[in-house]
Amino acid sequence: MTLLDVENLWVKFPSRHGVFDAVRGVSFTLGKERLGIVGESGSGKSLTGRSILRLIRPPGIMTADQISLDGEDLMKKSLKDMRAVRGQKISMVMQDPKFSLNPVMTIGAQIMEAYQLHNSAGKKVAYDKAIEMLEAVSIRDPERVMRAYPHEMSGGMGQRIMIAMMLIPNPEILIADEPTSALDVSVQRQVLDIMDNLVKERGMGLIFISHDLNLVADFCDRVLIMYAGRIVEVCDANKLREAKHPYTQGLLNSLPRLGEPCARLKVLQRDPEWSEAPSVSGRI
Amino acid sequence: MSMISVDNLNVWFGNGRDRVDAVKGATFAVKRGDSFGLVGESGSGKSTILRAITGLAPDWSGKITVDGQVISGRREKTFYKKVQMVFQDPYASLHPRHSVDQVLGETLQLHGFTDIDVRVVKLLDDVGLGAKFRFRYPHQLSGGQRQRVAIARALAPEPEILLLDEPTSALDVSVQAEILNLLADLRVEHGLTYLMVSHDLSVVGHMCDQLAVMKDGEIVEIMDVASLRAMKATHPYSKHLLEASV
Repeated sequence: MTLLDVENLWVKFPSRHGVFDAVRGVSFTLGKERLGIVGESGSGKSLTGRSILRLIRPPGIMTADQISLDGEDLMKKSLKDMRAVRGQKISMVMQDPKFSLNPVMTIGAQIMEAYQLHNSAGKKVAYDKAIEMLEAVSIRDPERVMRAYPHEMSGGMGQRIMIAMMLIPNPEILIADEPTSALDVSVQRQVLDIMDNLVKERGMGLIFISHDLNLVADFCDRVLIMYAGRIVEVCDANKLREAKHPYTQGLLNSLPRLGEPCARLKVLQRDPEWSEAPSVSGRI
Repeated sequence: MSMISVDNLNVWFGNGRDRVDAVKGATFAVKRGDSFGLVGESGSGKSTILRAITGLAPDWSGKITVDGQVISGRREKTFYKKVQMVFQDPYASLHPRHSVDQVLGETLQLHGFTDIDVRVVKLLDDVGLGAKFRFRYPHQLSGGQRQRVAIARALAPEPEILLLDEPTSALDVSVQAEILNLLADLRVEHGLTYLMVSHDLSVVGHMCDQLAVMKDGEIVEIMDVASLRAMKATHPYSKHLLEASV
């Protein structure tokens, strides 16, 4: 079943030297699956995630033939109607909890606000829901955390709080933009497992944006590989190692491996043709 | 003889009730020309050890010896001619309003070189940038190019030791490979000794001969890369770290 269908998405930024195309004709669908988007910085992966929620600010321009969610075209919605979609139907976990939580609001107030905004519920219900959600992301001692401010939390806790806040309105789709790259390796796995369980339990679709190929290969079902604003390759995550596109192979080869020592790492040789070639469709 | 030796190093921040012990009783030694890695999660004190060696952490006790000389108090100029540091984030460690030429020129001047013009060009060649980057500002450079400038600045006084604080963690994997190759080449060319901090075991495995695993300010295990590759960690925490990174 298709939850989301994106067709021919473009994001452009006008500049002094003409229009810069940051995302160029990207198409993909999302079912009840974990879809990974990988690429280097500047490949347009984050912008793709943000444009699904229509979060591209002027002067940025975004166009698409359609972005349909449950048969409704998000491109045709007014800004006011979009606000009902954001959070409730599609929500987004950002990269760094330090910059995405409100520093002057207690964590409790922020999570309760997220719940009350989308459900007409009293304070008591919202409080209980928030505690329940914090427990679901394995935060010990949730009552204390509810009273605390973001600066009192570690990075891993902050990221789990973000996930709790984004999942409390029970969205259909979760977009996670590098949710673990600010975290340690040992905490990374834990946060991912929590997210994975919640996504599975609720039958949500997940878009997982990351630059970490190994993580995506482990964690996702399907992967879109982006280069210079285009999708250059689509493959099943467990077959990422057998990827055919020279760019994907180059990225994989440039990683140092513990098991295979070598004197020099292979450096990615870029081919200008990659950015000229048309975008591969990620639609099923 | 060891180039760097750290004996029972303690580093702390704050006083009294607010005192935090960041490093507790760290002991290790790095041989001349070797590359030594410090791994551990954030807050384990690995960067603090580097900062204590360069004199950026004021409160420490224990014994640090660099090339046979015991370090104490304010560092001499000769110390910085021998030891240089490359920081984690090239976006933050370069002055936004100084051109590459100014950054390198100032360092050279401070260390008393007179043939600055020749040396700036030579340094840029060494790090694979070339003279055309000389008059650019940091915002005109990509992340990898900025890190190359930061490495060039560290190489300017012709040091023998480079302290590398997560030199590639802010960079893409494709750029990481370039920088790691550059660092490996420079070590051979200039006979440098590296002390490198990273949270990525495979990067340390690639770059270093020996490594220390840190947790909560303490070194829990020192091992060589061969046993790291063979997954022969003895301490439960290093085992956990190894499993998480494979």
